[in-house]
Amino acid sequence: MYGKGLRALSISTVAVMTAALALVFFYAPLEAEQGFLQKIFYVHVPLAIVALGGFVAGGIMAIQHLRTRDPRWDMRSYVAIHMGLIFGLGALITGSIWAKGSWGHWWVWDEPTLVSFLIVFLLYATYQPLRFAIEDPERQARYASVFAVTAGAFVPLNFIAVRMSTAYVHPRVLGGTSNLPGPMALTFAVSLIAIALLYVTLYKYELTAKHARAQLRALRRRLLGEDAAARPVRRGRSAAPASLHPAAMMTARARAEDGI
Amino acid sequence: MRHTVGALLRKELLVEIRTLESVPGMSLFALTTFVVFHFALNRNVVEGDLAAGILWVTLLFAAILGVNRLFVADAEEGGFDGFLLAPVDRTAMLVAKALTLLLYMLVLELVAVPAFALLLLGPPLGQALPGLIAVLALADVGVAAIGTLVAALAVQTRARDLFGPLLALPLLVPIVIGAARASSPVLAGAHHGGPPARWMLTLGLYDLVFGLIAYALFDFLLED
Repeated sequence: MYGKGLRALSISTVAVMTAALALVFFYAPLEAEQGFLQKIFYVHVPLAIVALGGFVAGGIMAIQHLRTRDPRWDMRSYVAIHMGLIFGLGALITGSIWAKGSWGHWWVWDEPTLVSFLIVFLLYATYQPLRFAIEDPERQARYASVFAVTAGAFVPLNFIAVRMSTAYVHPRVLGGTSNLPGPMALTFAVSLIAIALLYVTLYKYELTAKHARAQLRALRRRLLGEDAAARPVRRGRSAAPASLHPAAMMTARARAEDGI
Repeated sequence: MRHTVGALLRKELLVEIRTLESVPGMSLFALTTFVVFHFALNRNVVEGDLAAGILWVTLLFAAILGVNRLFVADAEEGGFDGFLLAPVDRTAMLVAKALTLLLYMLVLELVAVPAFALLLLGPPLGQALPGLIAVLALADVGVAAIGTLVAALAVQTRARDLFGPLLALPLLVPIVIGAARASSPVLAGAHHGGPPARWMLTLGLYDLVFGLIAYALFDFLLED
């Protein structure tokens, strides 16, 4: 049920990504001052926007988890933040490359967007260690959700505070596409859609994989009994929420009723 | 509610007066940090931006010592269980703990700010005092709200001493920005005027928003 639509989604992501890259390299004009270097803008800015969107979405899913106590919302919130971290790392690296290219330094402090992004990233970097450090799965889910809501609200506040504090040099993109010439604005829009689709696809893949693994574990348990359950399916080191898949819960309940 | 908060606050202060676990440590830490800054920066006197930065970094790190201790006794000695058994609003604990942390900060600043003026600050403290007190008050409220929320979150983790600072520092960055910018003209000496209204407003709004967030989320950290 989780894999549904995944193929269509993947194909459209690949198609839009290809279109975006084609537009970036063959359609969008070279920028007068920065030349070819400016093209990293079509990757860096969408990555940053999508990462922040993922963090805020993770916060909203966490609110949903706190309200309904449905462990599936916790899983979604976890995956959203996990993907946000990966995209955020990409945004920091591309931003750093851009800064080196256009200002000559790998890191520039008087650029509010980069600085506030780093602060947000550092905060979210504690999300997974925090999950690791709480053993009880129910409490882990609850505390992680409290963190996700707090951090989700922190994202816009932090941006306002840091932007106020520094002289303004970063090209303002949000709400400012009108100052881009037409072809550039179009390319940027397609790139943004492509990166957002990539995010959604990877998000769905991770969610599906987590659920498939949980189902596999439940089936093994049913087939081989409690001994197999004690030997977990190899899953590496992951801070993901412990599986509370409906199927797993059902087998657990059935076992309890059978008095096993 | 007011009664519950009063009772909890009395308990906190009684425990602190009897054990002296937090406030003396925080104050001593602040004094030592000023000495460290003197040697690390190789300056005898500081003013303006640098003075504001040293003051706020020191106060922040000293506050984090208090944040780390805030809920430890409750988690280890069964204070949470006792509180949850009582038929009272859980928000009372948030308010009481935040007020406790606020009082800790006030005592810390009563020691640290005069010591800072004595050891490092170039311009006389007297004329800076009214503006500085306003900035300190606003920043302390934010530290208290964020510190209490983070302390409650971190205390149930395995490495609680680690997660307190890791979670608190990024969340407190806007407070540092606001407080340092607001107090730097105050600490720059005469004829620089009071703290800029813009930064005072930022601090106030941040306090308000995080007060509301802590209020909305604290209950979820207390149910077991």
